[in-house]
Amino acid sequence: MKRGTMINLLLVLAVAALAVIPLAIGAGDGKEEPFAGADAQAEPAILEHDPDYEPWFSPLYEPPSGEIESGLFALQAGIGMGVLGYCLGAVRTRRKLARAESGPDAG
Amino acid sequence: MHIAEGFLPPLHAAVWTAAAAPFVVHGVVMLTRQVKNDPESKLLLGASGAFCFALSALKIPSVTGSCSHPTGTGLGAILFKPPIMTVLATITLVFQALLLAHGGFTTLGANAFSMAIAGPWAGYMVYRLSRGAGLLPAVFLGAFVADLVTYCVTSLQLALAFPDPEGGFAGALAKFGGIFAVTQIPLAISEGLLTVLVVRLLRTSAAAELIRLGVTDKKKVAA
Repeated sequence: MKRGTMINLLLVLAVAALAVIPLAIGAGDGKEEPFAGADAQAEPAILEHDPDYEPWFSPLYEPPSGEIESGLFALQAGIGMGVLGYCLGAVRTRRKLARAESGPDAG
Repeated sequence: MHIAEGFLPPLHAAVWTAAAAPFVVHGVVMLTRQVKNDPESKLLLGASGAFCFALSALKIPSVTGSCSHPTGTGLGAILFKPPIMTVLATITLVFQALLLAHGGFTTLGANAFSMAIAGPWAGYMVYRLSRGAGLLPAVFLGAFVADLVTYCVTSLQLALAFPDPEGGFAGALAKFGGIFAVTQIPLAISEGLLTVLVVRLLRTSAAAELIRLGVTDKKKVAA
């Protein structure tokens, strides 16, 4: 394997490890709702500071279930990664074509 | 993790919106200029926006036992400077407020100020200051700071709006910081590593674009 590819692979593995370690060491153990969103945790803290506070506006649209919400999040990630992959592929192809055009000796 | 809809008092919501608006307008002007003057940079603009869009959707567990998501704003801030990233990140925030009930429109100004303005600017400044240490270390630090500062600002915004009955502003800052900023540290490291990965890929396949954007120069690419 080329050295560059190896480094890229290691970067991906490091990111995966950072996500898995909290689960493996049981960081969420003993919590009422392990691994809840940080924003969901902020809401009780707000109400603790100001018990009378009432949200004065509600979302225009709220996904009717957790499944639909996670589906929409997956859609967001999917669109993002799809476009990112397309753009990276396109710049790569553009460079290859430019090299082929300027002849095998160039570049 | 953004401030939820309706969870900032009207006055705070209005002030943050007013503070964020000029940055967004300036960003739109800069973005239009960029596309007009350098149409070939559209692909990397798309990549920067898509990176932010994708990373903002990934909720990742953290050592605090809660979940948060990265911001993906460091890449665009480094490649295209912060004003353009402001626009790209605001688009992501609008999508999440509209379809996912994540963040919100009344809190859009505050969330844009943290994720689309403060994060990219702080990350970009750190990137510039550490650029002498080499491209990739500077990219890592820039992306790390852009991510972390976003959630420090979120904590600050909530502490200003909801001071602790006993500890006051400082007490509230410590509490919200514990919820948002500490959770974010491992995620900011992940974001730094992923941004380095993308810049490494761009360096091999889009070196000409990086040189044109002033991210790197010819000698460095050859070496």
